[in-house]
Amino acid sequence: MSRDPLPRLQMRGIRKSFGSTIALGRVDLEILPGEVHALVGENGAGKSTLMKVLSGAHSPDEGEMFFNGEPYRPRNPLEARARGVGMIYQELSIAPHLTVEENIVLGMEPVMGPFIDRKEMRRRALEALARFEHPDLRPDMRAGDLSVSAQQLIEIGRSLAMGCKVLVFDEPTSSLAQKDIERLFLLIDRLREQGISIIYISHFLEEVKRLASRLTVLRDGSVVGTLDVASASTDEIVSLMVGRSVEDLYPRTARTPGETILEIRKLAGASKPVSADLSLRRGEVIGIAGLVGSGRTEFLRALFGLDRVRSGEIVMAGKPGNASPRERWRQGMGMLSENRKEEGLALNLSIADNVTLTCLERFGSAGTVSPTKQQAATQSWIDRLGIKCQGPTQKIGSLSGGNQQKAAFARLLEHDVDILLLDEPTRGIDIAAKARIYEAINEAVTDPKRPRAVILISSYLPELFGTCDRIAVMSQGRLTRAVPVGNLTPEDVMRVATGKADDLPGSSS
Amino acid sequence: MSIRSILTLLGPFLALVVVYCIFGAMKPAMFTSDVVLSVLTQTVIVATAAIGMTLIIISGGIDLSVGSIIAMASVAAATFVTKGYSPLIVFVGTIAFGAICGMINGSLTVGLRLLPFIVTLGTMQIFRGGAKVYAKGTPVNLPFDVTTYKAWMGGSGLPYGVWMMVALVLVMTLVLRLTRFGRYVFAVGSNENTATLCGVNVPKVKILVYTFGGAMAGLAAVMNMAKSSQGDPTTAMGMELDVIAAVVIGGASLSGGEGSVLGALIGALLMTTIRTGCVLNAIPTPWTEVITGAIIVVAVIIDRLRHRRAA
Repeated sequence: MSRDPLPRLQMRGIRKSFGSTIALGRVDLEILPGEVHALVGENGAGKSTLMKVLSGAHSPDEGEMFFNGEPYRPRNPLEARARGVGMIYQELSIAPHLTVEENIVLGMEPVMGPFIDRKEMRRRALEALARFEHPDLRPDMRAGDLSVSAQQLIEIGRSLAMGCKVLVFDEPTSSLAQKDIERLFLLIDRLREQGISIIYISHFLEEVKRLASRLTVLRDGSVVGTLDVASASTDEIVSLMVGRSVEDLYPRTARTPGETILEIRKLAGASKPVSADLSLRRGEVIGIAGLVGSGRTEFLRALFGLDRVRSGEIVMAGKPGNASPRERWRQGMGMLSENRKEEGLALNLSIADNVTLTCLERFGSAGTVSPTKQQAATQSWIDRLGIKCQGPTQKIGSLSGGNQQKAAFARLLEHDVDILLLDEPTRGIDIAAKARIYEAINEAVTDPKRPRAVILISSYLPELFGTCDRIAVMSQGRLTRAVPVGNLTPEDVMRVATGKADDLPGSSS
Repeated sequence: MSIRSILTLLGPFLALVVVYCIFGAMKPAMFTSDVVLSVLTQTVIVATAAIGMTLIIISGGIDLSVGSIIAMASVAAATFVTKGYSPLIVFVGTIAFGAICGMINGSLTVGLRLLPFIVTLGTMQIFRGGAKVYAKGTPVNLPFDVTTYKAWMGGSGLPYGVWMMVALVLVMTLVLRLTRFGRYVFAVGSNENTATLCGVNVPKVKILVYTFGGAMAGLAAVMNMAKSSQGDPTTAMGMELDVIAAVVIGGASLSGGEGSVLGALIGALLMTTIRTGCVLNAIPTPWTEVITGAIIVVAVIIDRLRHRRAA
């Protein structure tokens, strides 16, 4: 890191309010040249508003900004990029029908008279791509044919081609597979060495610790601390984020596994899983660890009847056989999708419709549905799970991610299933909502009258270790035995997940 | 009914009242019972087909073949009448005929996983051509002594067709709001994946929706035959666009998950009002098209603004 005394970027006393809500209250932030500075905080803490001020998408009510010591006040994102501040958003803005190089110079195409200077375009694209050392990415490829991670590189290349000195990454890993994440990290390291300053926004503290030298925690629109990453513990960071200690994030009351409710033998799907064996008992949570793409989601989908089962046997509550999702719900199995927007929720329907869709027949006779009953049932979950909304008839799409997820979870509870299949139930939601969902999981498996059983997929190991009784690992379509968490370390799990070991240590019960 | 859905209907309803009053101010004859009656009667065919189309559009689909189904089914209806069948059989038979056409649309869409736009673009031609082939290009005229059907689209007082239209709107509003099938139609249109995840039989819902759309087109065909006393294979040319426009003006979203039959009725009434108003005021027909088109564009803009505010 260079020792330039002048900060690359300074934000001083930034204030921004929308109507009566104060989104940012006098925020100070300093970014040094060649530093990776992480920005963490719960959803709604003000991270994205702050970055929108930085990129010129919002203008601040008060406060000033300096770029390399000079006043900096962009009026729009294009101007910010021209001054040297580039944004890499979670949702990529790539024109899929254009080539890589056309995308890189998009909006600032070099021209000769009325024509595009293709030679110059190629030169600029190659120059930007050279920084990535990514041999598979050629300037003449069609952007839409590329993987998400390659498209992300185009987006980064676009900022670099414009000469950006500050790059903001907003949750860049959320749609990447593990090996691409590693690649992105190496690239960020390299950019830092080249003197580019990086602001890195992420929910994953592991990523922050891997990449950043300093981190700033935002809470309720204010900076609550800027720490040196090397000397800060995860607990310290999390308690700054939530404003309370983390001990009770994963509630766990005494659990006594009961009878076996689900037996899976040699289950194989269309391509994944290759082979999965599992036996699930009432009153326990089994965690499925593994990399993205290892076949975890496909395992649940095959189990639930959403994907084809090629071979193997599923015995649910003593009854063998495959079933459609409809039959699974009837048998008392429910699934929470990892993809809230694409699959989990019907966003322009009400909360009540979303929560009760699987069991409408309970809300009226002879094919009718009583909206009043639907709403009453939904209201009770709104109260019990603390879903922040105007009422059961509000469109679910207008809720925050955490509240949407609570409502998606409420669907399983309202249906009153025996087996809950949860695929990344807390991804991308704030810590308070996470805590509520962990509580609800614990309540479900410790219900004294009818303890439920849970299969939980997660990429976040502390979550698996905090909530599960046993953990199995999916690696390239193969599921290991489920081993009690007490006999495991996170390293054991990672070794299997990454293919460095074949099986978990310890006995399976 | 929630406040939101009332607001959604309020816009088209106000538009209808305002447009009607503007034409009325220009030509007070708009307010005579004869003209009101004529506006209502002329709306019946489009509105009946639009009720079916509303369900299709809410489910995320589209049916471009509806005009052709009306033409083919009206030829069928007129043929039934000339063969001397009783009105009951004519009604049931024509509705069933339309339903089969709709079921073909639905089955192709679901079974082959094709876009409904493409499927119905094809069946639009097939049904139209089929009607012409069967009728050998000329209308099938009702016998002069058959007068049973006159009262459906004319005669003294409110024609039966208007009563039928109002009753259908009421019934289908209740079906959409208060039955499982109705909620599934919304769920499928809002997010098919969610519906599948939640155990909704999505293919069945879709095929039912297209079948119902076809049945309504069949009913519209009987009204069309009653109005013109013939089954004309070239009738209802381009009517699919009026039907879709009525549904969209009524607040439905072409991306699915939103819409109401009451809105579609208001949309259909609005278009008839413009046509009638222009005729009464001796405004040339091309202007009717310009005004109708402008109203559709405005409806879509309002819809967009409403969504932006909600988001």
